[in-house]
Amino acid sequence: MATENFPLIFERSKEGRSSYNLPALDVPEVSLEEEFEDVYVRKVDAALPEVDELELMRHYTGLSNRNFGILSGFYPLGSCTMKYNPVINEDIAKLPGFSHIHPYQDPKTVQGALELMYDLQVHLEEITGMHEITLQPAAGSQGEWTSLMMIKAFHEANGDHTRNEVIVPDSAHGTNPASAAVAGFKVVEVKSNEKGLVDVEHLKRVVNENTAALMLTNPNTLGLFETEIVEMAEIVHGVGGKLFYDGANLNAIMGYSRPGDMGFDAVHLNLHKTFTGPHGGGGPGSGPIGVSEELAPFLPKPVVRKNEGLYEFDYDLPQSIGMVKGYYGNFGINVRAYTYIRTMGAEGLKKVSEYAVLNANYMMRSLEKAYELPFTQHCKHEFVLSGNNQKKLGVKTLNIAKRLLDLEIHPPTVYFPLIVEEAMMVEPTETESKETLDHFIDAMLQIADEAKNNPEIVQEAPHHTAVKRLDETTASRKPVLRFQREG
Amino acid sequence: MEFRYLPMTETDKKEMLDKIGVSSTEVLFSDIPKEVRLDRELNLKKPVSEYELKKELTEMASKNANLTEYRSFLGAGVYDHFIPSVVDHVISRQEFYTAYTPYQPEITQGELQAMFEFQTMVSELTAMPIVNSSLYDGGTAVVEAVYLSIAQTKRKKVLVSAALHPEHRQLVETAANGKKLEIVEIDYKDGVTDLEQLEKEVDEDTAAVLVQYPNFFGQIEPLEKINKLIKQQEKTMFIASSNPLSLGYLTPPGEFGADIVVGDTQVFGIPAQFGGPHCGYFATTQKLMRKVPGRFVGETVDKDGQRGFVLTLQTREQHIRREKATSNITSNQALNAVASSAAMSALGKNGVKEMTKLNMQKARYTKQKLEEVNLPAVFNGAFFNEFVIKLSKPVDVVNDALFEKGFIGGFDLGKVYPELENHMLIATTEIRLKEEIDAFVKEMGDINGY
Repeated sequence: MATENFPLIFERSKEGRSSYNLPALDVPEVSLEEEFEDVYVRKVDAALPEVDELELMRHYTGLSNRNFGILSGFYPLGSCTMKYNPVINEDIAKLPGFSHIHPYQDPKTVQGALELMYDLQVHLEEITGMHEITLQPAAGSQGEWTSLMMIKAFHEANGDHTRNEVIVPDSAHGTNPASAAVAGFKVVEVKSNEKGLVDVEHLKRVVNENTAALMLTNPNTLGLFETEIVEMAEIVHGVGGKLFYDGANLNAIMGYSRPGDMGFDAVHLNLHKTFTGPHGGGGPGSGPIGVSEELAPFLPKPVVRKNEGLYEFDYDLPQSIGMVKGYYGNFGINVRAYTYIRTMGAEGLKKVSEYAVLNANYMMRSLEKAYELPFTQHCKHEFVLSGNNQKKLGVKTLNIAKRLLDLEIHPPTVYFPLIVEEAMMVEPTETESKETLDHFIDAMLQIADEAKNNPEIVQEAPHHTAVKRLDETTASRKPVLRFQREG
Repeated sequence: MEFRYLPMTETDKKEMLDKIGVSSTEVLFSDIPKEVRLDRELNLKKPVSEYELKKELTEMASKNANLTEYRSFLGAGVYDHFIPSVVDHVISRQEFYTAYTPYQPEITQGELQAMFEFQTMVSELTAMPIVNSSLYDGGTAVVEAVYLSIAQTKRKKVLVSAALHPEHRQLVETAANGKKLEIVEIDYKDGVTDLEQLEKEVDEDTAAVLVQYPNFFGQIEPLEKINKLIKQQEKTMFIASSNPLSLGYLTPPGEFGADIVVGDTQVFGIPAQFGGPHCGYFATTQKLMRKVPGRFVGETVDKDGQRGFVLTLQTREQHIRREKATSNITSNQALNAVASSAAMSALGKNGVKEMTKLNMQKARYTKQKLEEVNLPAVFNGAFFNEFVIKLSKPVDVVNDALFEKGFIGGFDLGKVYPELENHMLIATTEIRLKEEIDAFVKEMGDINGY
């Protein structure tokens, strides 16, 4: 990676240069002055960069060289499922018949797109064990919120207007409580026990006639399967509440178990995680949800249906919660997920989970002597280590993460889940080979050794990156959020 | 069946199981209770080879009439614009494409800087000082703007122009049910928001007024007058949803006193894709900076004093006070923001202006030619690249006939505005050539019997 100060595209700009080439004005020009009051005509041009095409390409290529993607190296970012993004997905998504179609075209002229959506829904219904799927939510968080809005609508349709509490485990993804709050619910926390699982006794104490839902991921954010899920479902259903499944961790159980069979009433999926949409530096994602038959009438508009061989959008849904995202969701991401599912089939998806779990357990057992392992049972697709041993030597988890950068490995998720001190959450995924896992294990063992014998090298890391440790405090206290020309 | 994304060999598997100390992978799944174990194979379509799958999906795609083959006059929030070749080459760099959120800034300076540049470009176009690094899409941005106004003013009533994109109005309605908000729709008059009704409705309970500029009919809302009406109430916030391309010509909402400006950068470098993914932007004032949903990239220095960029102001998100969150937004639309940045950089200062004007000139030519075949525009105010005409027949009948001739006709307004039955919203972008417009107008004249 380059180490010199890298210019902004605005700093590469020079008046008079350009890299655009638009169709000529081939119609008679008319004056706009009469039509527009002067106050509505822009006086100062937006100061966008002026660069030639080579400079533009060099700029973005230079930026990309200062960025770390999955093809750059190992990316064991827990709970993010950074698996390989198959390149065929991109070829399919770029077909003009998928990328250049307008959402308001007559459905008769986009039957292929509707067919893909419908068939993807059918596949996801089977994978999750749910009655019906909608592809509309743009991301997992929108899927969570949509599910809760449907649960709310269900309760209200039953005259249950006082169910205003959503139960969330203390190990949950941060979006869970946020989604519950935005949907208008009060958040009630349920504690984890010493095994890292939901404390069922505590759950019994927090459920009541105001419980609208329990939000849960299974396996949970510690990578552990909630073994008492059947009992938990009974407890929540017993008081009339619903179970929501956070699908961030579905990669661990495909073909082995289905949220629908565990008693969940609504499920969101992160298609970009489990089903290989590229994360794009933080989006776009796609967050479909699946629901039970009971909740289906409340699905957002529109629903894709098949009617005598013709696919159509059904907007006639009297109990629908309404629309949650413009048009029909992130179709382009859904095309990639569909392509992946069709590549893998049932056998392939089951192998995905088998190897994701095998890889995680292998790494966990290889590291448990050097790092504290708070929960010792077999894990699913990810596991959480604690850097407590190293912290006693003056080396924090953040230092360990930064030291991994020197070794050209993306660090695990750190300081999450919140219930583990100095947490490091590792998710290898199934697309990584044993050699790569061994490379990571060696790196982690090396750092553990350095923490004992040469702590400065870890504390001062990173040493070999384009920039060194950045001053985040100043960034937050005196925010500079855009380029300002000097003078 | 071979699975080319799975590197595990039998030898690897055995060595790894030995290390774990178990006899088979089944043991690793033994914690799943029997009653929730799936005891059969999933019932999915059989996997096929790469060649066969490409063939199958290419055939599926070809069942869709696409915008590269048909000449489209359809807009209504999603536009068919020229996408410079550089865009796809930039975002296809795997380092952008396959990266996660830049949580480790030392190795993700490329993404962070690209976001910082995006923030700057949108700030320039909207004349707002604070811009986040994108949201899911324009509709989500509208909803988030409403949320912010509620949190800021502690009020529950929001006035929404009927000339706001109908789907965005629906999104606000859905969201309002979660927060128990009161949404009041302000009707339109002569194609723009009815100022008299607006004046009557703005009161001390009003959190925000939400208008679109140019509005759904393509008309230019009188933001100067609207701002004056709103600002009679001290706290009430002014939210404008704005097509950023139009701001190459129009005075940006920031100069009219808008508190929040939102919209979609799909017009810059992002294909229609059947409605998503697109790229929402969220711009606001210095005062509201710390309440903005989503992510910001901020400039800072590293320990050697070298310039660098980091995600910043994230306390709102999911880390702290999570059960009191006013937004649950997590990811953004980073890759599409990079696409838009590349497109805006390629067009640059002069190109955006030129593209904006091309849209305006070609739309006016289309409008004038349609008038010549007795299909005059029904609203006569200033407009951008879209306008409304009245047909002699139902819109779907006309669109079916146009389709036969290789055209995708405009949006059927009667579907969402009952009073506008047989009215069509027509969009003309810079890529519609004169001969295409002429041919379209001729068909329109013939079909409508003039």
